[in-house]
Amino acid sequence: MIELDGLTKRFGNKVAVDRLSCRVRPGMVTGFLGPNGAGKSTTMRMMLDLDNPTSGSVRIDGKHYRDLDEPLKHIGALLDAKSMHGGRSAYNNLLCLAQSNRIPESRVAEVLDTVGLTAVAKKKSKGFSLGMGQRLGIAAALLGDPQVLLFDEPVNGLDPEGIHWIRNLMKALAAEGRTIFVSSHLMSEMALTADHLIVIGQGRLLADMSMADFIHQNSRSYVRLRSPQQERLRDVLHEAGLIVVETGGGILEIDGATTEALGELAAQHQIVLHELSAQRASLEDAFMQMTADSVEYHAHSDHVAAPPPAGPQWGDQWNERTGGGPAGTGREV
Amino acid sequence: MASVPAVLTSEWTKIRTVSSTVWTLISAFVVTVAMGAALCALMNSQFDDLPPAQRATFDPTFISFSGMVLGQLAMVVFGVLVVGTEYSSGMIRTSLAAVPQRGSFLFSKVAVAGVLALVVGIVTSFVAFFLGQALLGDHRTDIGAEHVLRAVVGGGIYMGLIGIFSMGAATMLRSSMLSLGILMPFFFLVSQILSAVPGAKKVARYFPDQAGSKIMQVVPDAMNSGTAPYGPWGGLGILLAWVAAALLGGYLVLKKRDA
Repeated sequence: MIELDGLTKRFGNKVAVDRLSCRVRPGMVTGFLGPNGAGKSTTMRMMLDLDNPTSGSVRIDGKHYRDLDEPLKHIGALLDAKSMHGGRSAYNNLLCLAQSNRIPESRVAEVLDTVGLTAVAKKKSKGFSLGMGQRLGIAAALLGDPQVLLFDEPVNGLDPEGIHWIRNLMKALAAEGRTIFVSSHLMSEMALTADHLIVIGQGRLLADMSMADFIHQNSRSYVRLRSPQQERLRDVLHEAGLIVVETGGGILEIDGATTEALGELAAQHQIVLHELSAQRASLEDAFMQMTADSVEYHAHSDHVAAPPPAGPQWGDQWNERTGGGPAGTGREV
Repeated sequence: MASVPAVLTSEWTKIRTVSSTVWTLISAFVVTVAMGAALCALMNSQFDDLPPAQRATFDPTFISFSGMVLGQLAMVVFGVLVVGTEYSSGMIRTSLAAVPQRGSFLFSKVAVAGVLALVVGIVTSFVAFFLGQALLGDHRTDIGAEHVLRAVVGGGIYMGLIGIFSMGAATMLRSSMLSLGILMPFFFLVSQILSAVPGAKKVARYFPDQAGSKIMQVVPDAMNSGTAPYGPWGGLGILLAWVAAALLGGYLVLKKRDA
């Protein structure tokens, strides 16, 4: 269990983390989501007592990090891939960590085996690829067999096999009753691993809810229509009291109606349809919508976005800000 | 609280498992001994050509430590790398997550590396002395002579303290490159040049290396090096004060700053 209470970090005038209060519970994977620069890494560094909070506190199992007796036995962390001395072998890097917390040397070989680095244990870690460095960092996190594990962007630099491996590892560790806290800027990645979500933007808490609730609340479903008789179709839909959103390219999106009802309506008025499909906004869209106001680094582009829609739409703000890049408008079918 | 013996063991593992430890300490030994031996041999052959003032204050012990001017630079590199690689490699975050008591972390590291530097310094000092005396021929002195043992042991302590001073400085500067960029020119050039400039001399003799090296002199103002307002032990005291200040500064920076 990790408890954040009013955690705040200021760098000069800039507020990196703003009165963040939440709990990370055991027995599940908690995803820590936010755009780049949202304050995820700063928050994690404060959890480990590496950065001093401007105000507020973090408690690990009720204790301040500094008061933990041999902290690696309570909490393990993967902060970034570059956190070991490159001139030292993987084995020796882990050995000096183990010794500092009186962890038996036999654990070093065990965790190297767990992450699949046994073959390169005696090699200097500066020759490691990003993925191998990431595995070594995970081995260091597992060294003290801790009940709480923090992973900062663990899938960065891993190949698909590695990503699959780390997902399963996190789920298995959570199933053993451990507290798993994993940060990411990719909603799609979290959707596959996390049971619970904490979303932040510009250091502020935006959401703290279960993954199921997040999906339920944020995945909007709508029907997409395309017709050569677009004008007439729009009039008919308006007469039926439906809200029509025009997204350009002759596509109409309708909320709150089924494909059956819309198909029959079109048939009644003898309107030709080229497309009639049920759509679901992706979680990525929902995440972007949620954090749109707090995205710190916007891409600017002269690329003109699609004509403005008639009504409110998921990802509007994002689209305006980014000029409607493909990532912003992509939808799951 | 982290167990201090455990942290000491861990720091010893860190030091013995990187190759930079071995090559910096071997360089410190080889350079000091070789350069000292060369100068002793030169002095032996050129003794009659020395200016009278230098002949009057000829100090065979001090001459055998001539190599320390260069050898101490390797000690500086050792001290800087012990601390600096924690920062350059990113290891510092891993280390502090394992040992969040920053005082225990820093002083365990300095204790282990400092003892090693002192041991290497003492060995270097004795080897440089005996080899140097063997090459000085008729002008040699003996370890049993007055103040000579003090100078030889002091020379070793001096080298160790220069290494520890560098560890403190690197902890304050949090970077190997920056630390080396400041300390190397300081010890190799600035301190040496200022100590020869008449006006700056008065300030330069309070520099860590100028003050600390007094302990290696048996003859007062050896080799016509000029009088200092402190004796050998006073000089070592000044160096110790520099070391304490560097360590305190390093501790405060480590304690206050975000890792």
